Amino acid sequence: MSQVTTATPEIEIPSIPLRELAPWALFFGLIGAFILFFISADQGAVSIPAGTAIHEWVHDGRHLLGFPCH
Amino acid sequence: MTPRNFLVRGLLAGLIAGLLTFAVAYIAGEPSVDAAIKVESAESGGGHHHDDGAAAEHSHHEEGGTEVSRQNQSTWGLLTATGSTGIALGGIVALASAFALGRIGRLRPSQSTALVAALGFVSVALVPFIKYPATPPAVGNADTIGSRTTQYFVMLAISVLAMIAAVLLFRKLHERFGTYTAVLVSAGAYLAVVILAAALMPTVNEIGDFPADTLWYFRRGSLLTLATLWGVIGIVLTGLIGKLYAEESATQARRDLAASL
Repeated sequence: MSQVTTATPEIEIPSIPLRELAPWALFFGLIGAFILFFISADQGAVSIPAGTAIHEWVHDGRHLLGFPCH
Repeated sequence: MTPRNFLVRGLLAGLIAGLLTFAVAYIAGEPSVDAAIKVESAESGGGHHHDDGAAAEHSHHEEGGTEVSRQNQSTWGLLTATGSTGIALGGIVALASAFALGRIGRLRPSQSTALVAALGFVSVALVPFIKYPATPPAVGNADTIGSRTTQYFVMLAISVLAMIAAVLLFRKLHERFGTYTAVLVSAGAYLAVVILAAALMPTVNEIGDFPADTLWYFRRGSLLTLATLWGVIGIVLTGLIGKLYAEESATQARRDLAASL
């Protein structure tokens, strides 16, 4: 059926070794998580720093992107 | 095809997606956010059904009153949220695509990138939305924000982990049983996990007598916002990765030709 046959010409598909990818994934993963935390949850359920300024500023986006806001 | 190439393209795709998402959210979502805030002020003001109009001194938000004006919230504030979410998600989707490159069946780079974006939309946006849909202002008890936030992110985590597991399952199955069976089984396994999780997790119903039409317009606007965000990231990144691969293949072909002379 859909077995790989040797008749099809082998297209070489590149792949990126984990060793090369890991530092990028770790570094940007942390930055991304940090940004998403401030947009999605800060000063709602937990507050770092205390206050409502961040919550208020991203208020409409938080509602419309589907995060629990208040 | 390096992580850097992917990340740069993902950030660009995310920036474009953030701008377009702002436009869609502003047009499709803001009218119902405003309508919901009117309901909220009417409720928090006077007794019940606006018997006296002098009620809304407790202006839109929370105890201390609003620090940021509605005008700013619906424009610059919304743009901040969609723009930074777009850039963050664009980068993450790009690095996930870099990892998927050459690791999912025999998909070409643009195909595996499109697949990552599509599965990301389903697992990060759509499935959590179906269990815990977006709520407009005035819906939701402020006392339960902690538990509602936890439940939302637990559902999100289950969905994303189940999707990763489903892709790994596909990889195990597809050489032995073929693509059709492998997709069928792994998609079924993902659905089984998220349906079970959604059935077991608590239901949130704090809508009260909030008007149904405003709620529906808000949720439709919210879903359009999320679809735009993920859709544009997926489409732009797929195009950019396809172009990158074509260029690199052409360079490689020229090198091979030169070497053979």
